[in-house]
Amino acid sequence: MSVLRIVRVATWAAIATIAAGTAAIYVLGQGNGGIATTISSGKAAIGGPFSLVSHKGERVSDETLRGKPYLAFFGFTNCPDICPTTLFELSEMMAELGADADKFNVLLITVDPERDSQDLLATYMTAFDPRIIALRGTREETDAVVKSFAAAAIKVPTDGGNYTMEHTAGVYLMDENGEYAGLMRMDEPREQRMQALRNLAAS
Amino acid sequence: MKTRAFAILSIAASLVATAALSHDFQSGTIRVDHPWSRATPPGAPVAGGYLKIENAGTEPDRLVSVASEIAASTELHESVVKDGVASMRPLGGPLEVPAGQTVEVGAGNHIMFVKPARTLKKGDEFKATLVFEKAGPIEVVFVVQGMGSRAPEEASEHGTGHGAGQ
Repeated sequence: MSVLRIVRVATWAAIATIAAGTAAIYVLGQGNGGIATTISSGKAAIGGPFSLVSHKGERVSDETLRGKPYLAFFGFTNCPDICPTTLFELSEMMAELGADADKFNVLLITVDPERDSQDLLATYMTAFDPRIIALRGTREETDAVVKSFAAAAIKVPTDGGNYTMEHTAGVYLMDENGEYAGLMRMDEPREQRMQALRNLAAS
Repeated sequence: MKTRAFAILSIAASLVATAALSHDFQSGTIRVDHPWSRATPPGAPVAGGYLKIENAGTEPDRLVSVASEIAASTELHESVVKDGVASMRPLGGPLEVPAGQTVEVGAGNHIMFVKPARTLKKGDEFKATLVFEKAGPIEVVFVVQGMGSRAPEEASEHGTGHGAGQ
């Protein structure tokens, strides 16, 4: 790398820093509750601390999950397509893995705790592999877990004062230390998804 | 109870009348092909509905509303996954079916049955009425497929290639 190039890169970096700083000052300067968006990168960005209650009434947190890899899917019961098909397919994949599927936990985290009561989740989950745990929190706990996974969960109004949720479609793969190991898309070929789960079970 | 028994008999009768393989319903130039729904987990507050609408005519038509025997209300939604985020929202008006074209409800949209009266099990059937602006009401029967279904079983069995994008 030539000296000139280093200088050029350094200059641009300096300009970027100043620009970002100026933007930050500008946002802060609004002072009336303007929402500042934090964009971060790297492993640490996904999977921070959280604490929720399972459909069986047990408290589950990042700490209780430590020591075993896990899958996390952000969904809700008022979801006709992606949520039931994802949970059903995960159940089928777990059935195929058999005892290997005991080597990781599988979580459904509801993004709609207002409508997804613990009772409803307990009923709903009877359709799926009994090893899948549905988790629910207060609005604050839900917002916190969504944020720590950098997931999407946005309330969208529909007809008649009703609403639906926009949510991350993929399934988070987390390692035994609670660190992000990848996102599994359910529209990937099944064999590719099976391999991802086998890798997670073996990790 | 008598009403329900009658309803069940009516469904049975209409099923006998409909050739199992074709599973399509017609009024005027509009043909509704293979309406299907997906088995629901117990307690599920919603169920999806999917079908194809073929307009063989020279005039466009529009699907104005859907009513079914299993839900008090039914909504038409756009339903997409974009940048890894799943979203659905009301269609905001009737569903256009252009002249000479087939529109697939299930590719980027769906019918949503709100608060279905019962848990839908694979192999179940239920009646619904689709109301078109020009073709008028069409009585159809939805067939319930497995909970993991992402495409109409007819298309996948016969490999017609309609399942693209599912």
